[in-house]
Amino acid sequence: MASTVSEVAEVTRPEQVALRSSLWHEAFLRLKKKRLAMVGLVFLLVMAVVCFIGPFFSPYASGKINTAMINKPPSFSHWLGTDSLGRDILTRLMQAGRISLTVGIASMVLSVSIGALLGALAGFYRGWVDQVIMRVADVLMTIPGLPLLFIMGAVLSEWKIPTDYRIYIVMVMLSLIGWPGLARMVRSQMLTLRESEFMQAAEVLGLRDRRKLFFHLLPNLTPLLIVVATLNVGGAILSESVLSYFGLGVVPPTPTWGNMMDAANTLIDFQKRPWLWVPPGIAIFATVISINLLGDGLRDALDPKQKR
Amino acid sequence: MNALVEIQNLSTYFKSEQGVVKAVDALELRVHEGETVCIVGESGCGKSAAAMSLMRLIPEAVGSIVSGEIWFAGRDLRKVSKEEMRKLRGNELAMIFQEPMSSLNPVLTIGEQIMEPIMEHQGLSKKAAQARAIELIELVGIPRAKEIAKSYPYELSGGMLQRIMIAIAISCNPRLLIADEPTTALDVTIQAQILDLLRKIKDEAQTAILFITHDLGVVAEMADHVVVMYAGKVVEVSPVVELFEEPKHPYTQGLLRSKPVLNQRRAKLYSIPGQVPNPTTLGESCYFHDRCDQCLDICRVKQPPLRDGGDGRKVACWLYEEESVRGQ
Repeated sequence: MASTVSEVAEVTRPEQVALRSSLWHEAFLRLKKKRLAMVGLVFLLVMAVVCFIGPFFSPYASGKINTAMINKPPSFSHWLGTDSLGRDILTRLMQAGRISLTVGIASMVLSVSIGALLGALAGFYRGWVDQVIMRVADVLMTIPGLPLLFIMGAVLSEWKIPTDYRIYIVMVMLSLIGWPGLARMVRSQMLTLRESEFMQAAEVLGLRDRRKLFFHLLPNLTPLLIVVATLNVGGAILSESVLSYFGLGVVPPTPTWGNMMDAANTLIDFQKRPWLWVPPGIAIFATVISINLLGDGLRDALDPKQKR
Repeated sequence: MNALVEIQNLSTYFKSEQGVVKAVDALELRVHEGETVCIVGESGCGKSAAAMSLMRLIPEAVGSIVSGEIWFAGRDLRKVSKEEMRKLRGNELAMIFQEPMSSLNPVLTIGEQIMEPIMEHQGLSKKAAQARAIELIELVGIPRAKEIAKSYPYELSGGMLQRIMIAIAISCNPRLLIADEPTTALDVTIQAQILDLLRKIKDEAQTAILFITHDLGVVAEMADHVVVMYAGKVVEVSPVVELFEEPKHPYTQGLLRSKPVLNQRRAKLYSIPGQVPNPTTLGESCYFHDRCDQCLDICRVKQPPLRDGGDGRKVACWLYEEESVRGQ
């Protein structure tokens, strides 16, 4: 009996294979069932579209100063009011969103690449490579991030780096202090994976280290990387806001959500003109919440152990 | 005729907390081109350690090859560089494992995994490798090769995965295929299919096979030559027919007696008394002496050498030594 059953199984399986397109498709189906994660995803997509396309439809996109329209509350011509230089808040909010999202995503890509690469190297080669990388990570983790960024921001102001470049430097700064946590996670996963049976089988095939590392091992960590990457975007947006709020990151006239919040520094603006600082605040809050919800959903959807 | 593989006096030791484990102790082994040699023995007797030593895959942290020579096609594998060894693996030396389910990378498609050694060792383009992969899947007897190439390991059954492992192993036309208990994790009908497939490969490609197993039924079906191992040592080497007709070493005799015979109902199956000795406390005696039903006085104090009987058979047992030698 046992033989006929397994024979049948061998014959029918390929048909199911054809029906299912891939692992990713299945993960997406699981993600679709998580309502909160989908809310986050949809919100982020809408936010991205509005920020990147919105300014093209705005009559105030040039950001010209209009002395006749200083600090006006929301109206039909200026939906979210105007700021102290008579610029349209909504337009600036969208332009700021472009920068905040770009900084968030770019510094995530950079820090995840650094973290994954260094962690993978440490776990794969062990020995002195591991020692050097992990000790550097340990040192970086002992330095409190915010004061370090403040100092670096101050140094940048001192050196009179042009404002256009500062945004790139902010991205690099954020990723340079952001990678050790991920590197540790990747390393520990790598230590387990390199001892697995399929890696022994790969060893027997006589593959090069590079091939084993990037083709066999790292793809096994994709779920982990995706989740960490998503959550990192939120973290990076927050850090950028904090820096810009203190005037150390991206500086005016380039708008970011962080430096728009700067308006809350003045008592009069804070008490009497909430349209100056509430919209960017809500934008930061909602974006980061959505990212975290999406990250949590992705973690569940990509974790094969939670398959039901 | 020169042998393809000639292992002389190979010893592989593992370090453990209780002391040194002689996993492989002065192993002698010869495999000729196009021949199947089976290594038989119970768990922990050093079968797999011998195969891993041959592939130079003993992890440095736990053990090492301490002595001996491993000649493969005119090269001593203990002396070749790591890079040369890497080029040999998967190319001229291939290996398949016991657990097909966990021996394939779960996140890569079957096709990708077959293509890899082909691209690495034969320098074929991606397209050519793809075509070759599909050919290989068909060769190992799986229908609808194109769809299978696109699927992931978890979508296939154990028997199919072992066929895929074989396809990967033979992709570069290896001269030696090491099969480390390839059918242990499979059920009996699938086992028969896999053995048929291996025999077909051996006949068509003249690949030498080093087959590691604890199953005497598989040995009878596959082997040309049999090497019986016990506690890291070779106790008997013999052509397969002679071994089954007239086992010489008491351990081999015990193994053959403990096989069930079809159509014969017995109250209790024979088993060799005692247990495998603790590998860290082996002394100068014959390792099998306390389980042997024909034990002599000399067995307790001195190890028997592996002696060539002249008829293509070798045995390491004092029973077959001259009286004069024994008396010493």
